[in-house]
Amino acid sequence: MLSFALKRFGSALLVMFAISVLVFLIFFATPGVDPAARIAGRNADPATLAQVRHSFGLDRPMPIRYLLMMRHLLIDRDLESFVNRGSRVIPQIVQATPVTLSLVIGAALIWMTAGILMGTAAATLRGKAADPLIMLVGVVGVSLPAYWLGEVVNLITQKQLHSSVFSWVPPPGYVGLSQDPGQWALHMLFPWLTLALLYAGIYARLLRGEVITALNEDYVRTARAKGLSERRILIRHALRCSLIPIVSLFGLDFGALVGGAALLTEVVFGLPGIGKLTYDALQNLDLPVIMGTVLYAAFFVVLANALVDILYARLDPRARHA
Amino acid sequence: MPEPLLDVRDLRVSFRTRTGAVTAVDGLSFSVAPGEVLGVVGESGSGKSVSMLAVLRLLTNPNVTVSGEVLFRGRDLLALPDKEMRAIRGREIAMVFQDPMTALTPVYTVGWQIAEQIRAHEQVSRKKAQARAVQLLSDVGIPDAASRVNAYPHEFSGGMRQRAVIAMALSCSPALLIADEPTTALDVTVQAQILDLIRELNGLGSAVVLITHDMGVVSQIADRVLVMYGGRAAEEGPRRAVFHGPRHPYTWGLLDSVPRVGGARLRRLPTIAGMPVSPGNIPEGCAFAPRCRLRHDRCEERPALSGDTHLDACWLPPDDRAALRLTARSSASAATDMDTEAAS
Amino acid sequence: MTTQDIVAVEGSTRPDADVLLRATDVTKTYPMGRKVLRAVDGVSLEVRTGETLGIVGESGCGKSTLGRCLVRLTELSGGRVEFDGQDISTLSARRLRPVRPGMQLVFQDPQASLNPRRRAGDIVAEPLLVHRYGDAAAVRRRVAELFDVVGLASAHLDRYPHEFSGGQRQRIGIARALATDPKLIVADEPVSALDVSIQAQVLNLFADLQEEFALTYVFIAHDLGVVRHVSDRIAVMYLGEIVELADTEALYEDPAHPYTQALLSAVPDIDDGTLTDEVPRERIILTGEVPNPVDKPTGCPFRTRCPYARERCALERPRLAPTASGRHTACHYPLTG
Repeated sequence: MLSFALKRFGSALLVMFAISVLVFLIFFATPGVDPAARIAGRNADPATLAQVRHSFGLDRPMPIRYLLMMRHLLIDRDLESFVNRGSRVIPQIVQATPVTLSLVIGAALIWMTAGILMGTAAATLRGKAADPLIMLVGVVGVSLPAYWLGEVVNLITQKQLHSSVFSWVPPPGYVGLSQDPGQWALHMLFPWLTLALLYAGIYARLLRGEVITALNEDYVRTARAKGLSERRILIRHALRCSLIPIVSLFGLDFGALVGGAALLTEVVFGLPGIGKLTYDALQNLDLPVIMGTVLYAAFFVVLANALVDILYARLDPRARHA
Repeated sequence: MPEPLLDVRDLRVSFRTRTGAVTAVDGLSFSVAPGEVLGVVGESGSGKSVSMLAVLRLLTNPNVTVSGEVLFRGRDLLALPDKEMRAIRGREIAMVFQDPMTALTPVYTVGWQIAEQIRAHEQVSRKKAQARAVQLLSDVGIPDAASRVNAYPHEFSGGMRQRAVIAMALSCSPALLIADEPTTALDVTVQAQILDLIRELNGLGSAVVLITHDMGVVSQIADRVLVMYGGRAAEEGPRRAVFHGPRHPYTWGLLDSVPRVGGARLRRLPTIAGMPVSPGNIPEGCAFAPRCRLRHDRCEERPALSGDTHLDACWLPPDDRAALRLTARSSASAATDMDTEAAS
Repeated sequence: MTTQDIVAVEGSTRPDADVLLRATDVTKTYPMGRKVLRAVDGVSLEVRTGETLGIVGESGCGKSTLGRCLVRLTELSGGRVEFDGQDISTLSARRLRPVRPGMQLVFQDPQASLNPRRRAGDIVAEPLLVHRYGDAAAVRRRVAELFDVVGLASAHLDRYPHEFSGGQRQRIGIARALATDPKLIVADEPVSALDVSIQAQVLNLFADLQEEFALTYVFIAHDLGVVRHVSDRIAVMYLGEIVELADTEALYEDPAHPYTQALLSAVPDIDDGTLTDEVPRERIILTGEVPNPVDKPTGCPFRTRCPYARERCALERPRLAPTASGRHTACHYPLTG
């Protein structure tokens, strides 16, 4: 088990390295892309350009430039933005991370709980009226775009009904968990629900299918022949086995969201998270920040994948030897 | 005859399908005495597995209707509340299924699954249940049971898994073990080991219902034999009587069409014409009549299972069955005979 | 290219005119991590024209892999296979193509080996089209003829595989194999998925076809009764090796290899009162299970379960050698001459 985990992390590191090289090549070595021209601003004279190139190390050979950049990014952590000179990349990411983590972890808890409850309920109630009803709720959730749903939520809680039902809802923004846990939760509540709604439906649907398949498996028949209660058969046998594919999907979704895919929710609710940071950096073509956020995103996706694989091996003994 | 342990009377199982009701078991009656081995034989679609699943109320499909009486130690299982039925399943009647590869939950250790069954029926500690699991595994011939108890099902071979499943079935010393094709998925040398194990367990006092399509297996292990066709009993009796003097033309066909490892070698095997009936279209009269070489007008009417200890459901005159069998066999092995199922 | 062709043709020797297929030291290995799985481990055998050679053994003994090697559906790892005097084990795919029609395979699971989206008639016509049998009308006539031969009605031509029963599907598989007028048919467990009564019908079909078309069969099965019924000679396999090869009667009456003996004694035979005068066979229940082929025992592969194993069996691998009575057995201490 330990060697499996080590191996998995080793390959994760390799992937990270490959991604960093790839991103570097795309943004710094693509013909026609001249970072110096971007930094120096429009109509800069050749002398300024040369100076800029030199001060940023852009006149050195490519591998050196890559190593320099990685050194600035990871070891000295003093890589600076090209656009807002003086503002460092790493502190920006460090500042944005808790916001995104708060949003995604909270939402994930909600959607996994709701998804598992809805999926299992629908599977056991198959053939009754509740099953299609639950699934309909799921489909509706999946079909609503985050920015639209977020705007509607804002409209209702901040404007239409703010004076009556939703007077307790704070204005959009973020309050740190360490500053005031109550306010933190209150600020995050509607972002959580909005993000979770998008995923709960998919997970419920998927799980329903898995549980229904599992309930027809031979081992469930064996469990019944053993004289176990239906409840135990459902939870300990059918649901337990059905969770295996769900977990791998969850890892991918979770990694992508932490990596910045929660962008729309962050923007709508004014949360200064990674998604928003990336979005702004792309708007300005702020290469060091892009580099930083992409590496950060890759880190979380790769980390999530590695964790999923390890968790998968814990959940499914058959995967341990593969 | 002693008081039967299991007495099934007029069992009917039907499935509601889009094309109408399909009868899988059609008025089946049989009994199992304590300590006896009943072999149930038939081809696919004969209703042999479905009837046993119905006995244990394991047909959970909402489109299934089961009627009749299943008396186990005098109590009608079909009328028991769910909770009491659960107390019987696994404790008094255990069941072993055909495919050992899929019969165990893949994510738990073998020992955990055995202990789970023990703890479902008895108030014992986890530790004690685990210790009993080790004992059971070693009883069914799994070497090094103390460490194998912590193995997962995928770490066992097919034969080992079937042993583990049997160990689980035995965990509460059931009075009746229903084994549904327990050796079909196994190699012949492993099959011999499993049959020995079942024989051993029978020697300890459990009655066994063994469902199989293999006449050889029944011939080796059963005390009594029930031959099923089209959801009904075709013939029933003590093993020796059924194998030495089979009375129903379907039993003749089954016995004759199996290529044997001993005796004379035939160039062509005597066959049963046509193919097994599917539960969807069982004839009103004798279910076997369309494939029977000796059918006559009377077969339009359904024959009742009749006789003393050796019963059969056939309209042929009861006295000269042996001679009739020879006639049927010679026509069944002729090349000119319509022996292709394509004709049907 | 032409010179090579000539060399190939001249190089093929036919010392024994009635041998249709000769396998020499055929080996098939699969890498398994750091180890090697020897699925077929040095098998040599001959199949004579017009006979049925049965190959019997338990699951994992390599009988199916051997069958596929014999018609080169699987590349060999070592050894050679000669079909009709020609070494087919090293032929290029293009050179193999004209040889293929002569040797066909019938699979175990007719459900899985028939394309579910094609009509039965088209499935049978396919090999004819691949090997350019003739124009559309000729192919249609041939397919109708084949359907008749295997006992299917012409009404079945336009049906899809799922509309047939298991036995009928196996008939389609047989018709497809017959389409190219093969000399050799390798049948891999062709009846094991069928009900007893249907199994007998298909076995009779195999017997009739052999008579009608002078076919040679390699019949692979795990059912000892079935193999005995169809075979003239039988090879018994264990862990990728042939442990005994003998005429059917001799093998069943007097097995020479302890594994054959154990295998036969494990078969639950039907006691129908006709066997009473025979001495009841001694039952030998093997202990343990077949070892993992990745970790084959040293010496004799069967020695770990053999009731008669002695010291020599662990040290020295017995070779398949002829005995006085003409059978072949790979055992240091055979039970019979």
